[in-house]
Amino acid sequence: MYENPDGVMIGLEVHVQLNRLKTKVFCGCTTDYHSDPPNSHVCPVCLGLPGSLPVINKKAVEAAIKVGLALNCTVEEHTQFYRKNYYYPDLPKGFQITQYDFPISSGGYITIEGEDGEHRVGITRAHMEEDPGRLVHEGTIDKSKYTLIDYNRSGMALLEVVSEPDMRSPKEARRYLDKLRNILEYLDIFDGDLEGALRVDANISIKGGQRAEIKNISSHKGAERALLFEIVRQKNVLRRGGVVVQETRHFDEAREITLSMRSKEEAHDYRYFPEPDLVPLKISGWAPAIKATLPELPDARRLRFVEQYGIMDDHAKALTSELKFAIFYEDVAKKVDPKMAAVWVCDVLKGELNYRNLTIEAFKKEHILSVIDLLLNKKITEDGAVDIIRTLLDKGGSPFEIVKEKGLLKVEGDIVSTAAEEAIKENPRAVADYRAGKEKALNSLVGAVMKKTKGRADARTAREMLLDRLDKS
Amino acid sequence: MASINELTERIHADSSEEIVAEYLGKITKSKLNAFITVSKESALSQAQEIDAKGHDGPLAGIPIAIKDNISTKGIRTTCASRILTGYIPPYDAHVIEKLKNAGAVIIGKTNMDEFAMGSSTETSFYGPTLNPWDNTRVPGGSSGGSAAAVAGGEAPLSLGSDTGGSVRCPASFCGVVGLKPTYGVISRYGLISYANSLEQIGPFASSVRDVATLFDVIAGHDPRDSTSVKGAGNYSLALENDVKGLKIGIPEEYFGEGIDRNVEKSVRDAINTLEELGATSTEVKMPHTKYALSAYYIIAMSEASSNLARFDGMRYGLRTEDQDWHTTFSHVRAAGFGDEVKRRILLGTYALSAGYLDKYYLKALKIRTLIKQDFERTFKDVDVLIAPTMPYPAFKIGEKIDDPLSLYLADVETVPINLAGVPSLSIPCGTSGGLPIGMQVIGKHFDEAAILRTAYTFEENTDFHKTEGS
Amino acid sequence: MIGKKDLEHIGWLARLELSEEDKEKYAPKLNSILDYFGEIDKADTEGVEPLYHVLPMSNVFREDVPIKSLTQEEALSNAPKNQDGFIKAPRMM
Repeated sequence: MYENPDGVMIGLEVHVQLNRLKTKVFCGCTTDYHSDPPNSHVCPVCLGLPGSLPVINKKAVEAAIKVGLALNCTVEEHTQFYRKNYYYPDLPKGFQITQYDFPISSGGYITIEGEDGEHRVGITRAHMEEDPGRLVHEGTIDKSKYTLIDYNRSGMALLEVVSEPDMRSPKEARRYLDKLRNILEYLDIFDGDLEGALRVDANISIKGGQRAEIKNISSHKGAERALLFEIVRQKNVLRRGGVVVQETRHFDEAREITLSMRSKEEAHDYRYFPEPDLVPLKISGWAPAIKATLPELPDARRLRFVEQYGIMDDHAKALTSELKFAIFYEDVAKKVDPKMAAVWVCDVLKGELNYRNLTIEAFKKEHILSVIDLLLNKKITEDGAVDIIRTLLDKGGSPFEIVKEKGLLKVEGDIVSTAAEEAIKENPRAVADYRAGKEKALNSLVGAVMKKTKGRADARTAREMLLDRLDKS
Repeated sequence: MASINELTERIHADSSEEIVAEYLGKITKSKLNAFITVSKESALSQAQEIDAKGHDGPLAGIPIAIKDNISTKGIRTTCASRILTGYIPPYDAHVIEKLKNAGAVIIGKTNMDEFAMGSSTETSFYGPTLNPWDNTRVPGGSSGGSAAAVAGGEAPLSLGSDTGGSVRCPASFCGVVGLKPTYGVISRYGLISYANSLEQIGPFASSVRDVATLFDVIAGHDPRDSTSVKGAGNYSLALENDVKGLKIGIPEEYFGEGIDRNVEKSVRDAINTLEELGATSTEVKMPHTKYALSAYYIIAMSEASSNLARFDGMRYGLRTEDQDWHTTFSHVRAAGFGDEVKRRILLGTYALSAGYLDKYYLKALKIRTLIKQDFERTFKDVDVLIAPTMPYPAFKIGEKIDDPLSLYLADVETVPINLAGVPSLSIPCGTSGGLPIGMQVIGKHFDEAAILRTAYTFEENTDFHKTEGS
Repeated sequence: MIGKKDLEHIGWLARLELSEEDKEKYAPKLNSILDYFGEIDKADTEGVEPLYHVLPMSNVFREDVPIKSLTQEEALSNAPKNQDGFIKAPRMM
């Protein structure tokens, strides 16, 4: 049982951009603006020109239902759009079309690995809304002499997923975000790698204080940092006998601190009212058909991997935590020993990719199959296999070329044996140290063998041969 | 005043260019200030093109004037407000596309109350429009320019918009025919919103037939307006000179206190005329009418406060000197909007604000339900309702402008129709002191045919529509 | 009753700068209108649902099919100030 000594309560509001749609949520402008000039994917509707009217993208509604169902929510019988009235230069109409009293889905949950094992985080609601445009400032927002506006992003379909304050630590918050993103990717409604695809606001309170809302969080790591900072800040306020007030705070990503945004602007009164230009939706009837088309979700796939391939749960979890990895693994596991594939894809390849900040697209399936094949046929050593993977990532080529170029073919046993004998003869001091009980001295002998074989010896074989000889004489 | 048929004959005999030039000439010489923008060049070139290539549309070569809150690609659109200074829409409203397809020639954009907020066309940044019947009087509003243009012979046809009576009121004051269709029959795409849930674009003409012809052209489903309905009919077919068996309801609340005696008499006489032609009439009760005006203004102002939030001087329109963003925003709006618009934005903002939403906005919407039910109940027994359009004939310019509430009260007969979303047509039915009187014929949802037939029969059997102003 | 302070707050909510003179001028008129609106308190709306849409429509959609957007030139054509394809707004703070 996790005790949660500070009484931390965290709730997250995650804005998910449905960027796999072809068009925006209320107009037919295309969504592939990411590398195009500013204000080149706009029309009277998303530019807020007088007289323009919104019309709902049917696919966006289907995607929203998909997400709702995947988050175990109920799709509401009656749903409608509201206007949220506030002013900001990125908001072309002076209001945002969003949902309020009748969100499209509500009452679900996500299961995460919590501080004390499996932990359920409630989903209050997942509602649809439109994205504002993008602002560019010269330097920082407070110093910039003007604001530049690009409305290409304006009107992109967003889904705001609002959680209950069920997370008890920044770590749980991060895991929640990881899991949510993971599910969204499985649903194929979202490309998380595109800029602005996922944005987070966090609510956090500790025992004895009011909650603070932290805005402007753009990464999972950022969320964890912001929340860690905020817990310390709130504890300090209370310790000094102060009061933690309800307020909105801004996360300064560079400095990893949160700053109060207390100002006149904070006195918001959004004056929500139903959007008269859009009629209500009665789409709960779509749910069964959409549910039937839901893909296998991460938790289900993880269980299946353990059962079907007999791999460890840790491996299954790591492999399914990213859809592309899960697909990659499964393709490989169908052709070679699945357990061995799990080790090489999950333990080695994933680590090397992470280290280089690369995604799985950077590595070809045939290559990992070749590497595993070489290992199974005892053509290369495990160190050699790692070397091949690294070289493929850094320089490219093919596994066989690399084996040839680097001379990684495993050398014969008698050569290793000879090298071991020589190493013992040439390093009397290490031998003496080892015999005196310094186990570490063995490592330098192994090193000597590797040097003599130019790294082509299998380290484990070299070690065994050395031990064999040292124990005998 | 020439009809579409007469003009079409003349276009065939002479040319569209000549007709268009003739109307442009009248506009130039006019004192009425019915137009904010005259699109002389594009109109003439459009007419020349039609003359050269021929056109088989129902309005081929016919000039038309458009209220200046309807977006016209390449022609400035101001809503009679300073805040839209310099705004030239890069797109056409749905109705403009339809008109162009039908061969109509847009000769200009007409004056109106700023953002359609008013009943007198006095709040225009471009100055008031004068009533052609008496130049010291208002033409009604908010589509005063469109009605005055038709009444003054400056355009044979025009379009207005009706949020709470803005087509019917000036039709009544200017002695022309104006129709507010059922909500959803004409696409609002391109109509600059004042109160989205209430308003419809509507046609003006000097006869019921021409109104029906124009209505046929602009009605119909538009996928760009989510509140647009499918299946608009061929309304000209409804024009039969026959009201035998027609059941007319006379809503007693519309003939109550504050109605000018001559107005009441003219409308009751008109009902008698229809009865002589075979209709029957019965008094009906619509008990929630007394709440309609407040409910209407609360809903309209609430929606307006949000609709007008986009006018910030960034993407279009007036821009004042840059300070910080929020300050610039407030300055642009202070400089760009007139008093009446500001009042309505302030009241609408108040009605939606925390603590007042239930008291004003939600309460008004509940009353809207009751008013709609009044109509539904009444229409179980009658085919059309007939009532005065305005409580009195056109008033003097300046008479009510400093008393907004008294001006609002003038809309008492027209706003319930918008709350219920039903169609209503105003037709001349008499004069009082040399000023025209209008009566409105109100129908069931989507039953424009019944009101057009009623009005057409009345017109065919009386001479009121032939009376002209100055 | 809307007092001067309320008017300032509403003016701020509506982003409408009001001069002292404006406030003096508007307050009485707004209050007389609000007084009139008070009439609706008398209406019995117990159990009555608010009417958001006059026609009972639902489920109006468009397909996820692209249309031609405006060109950048058209998009910027009405903007009083622009720079490098962006619309130029004043500084935020």
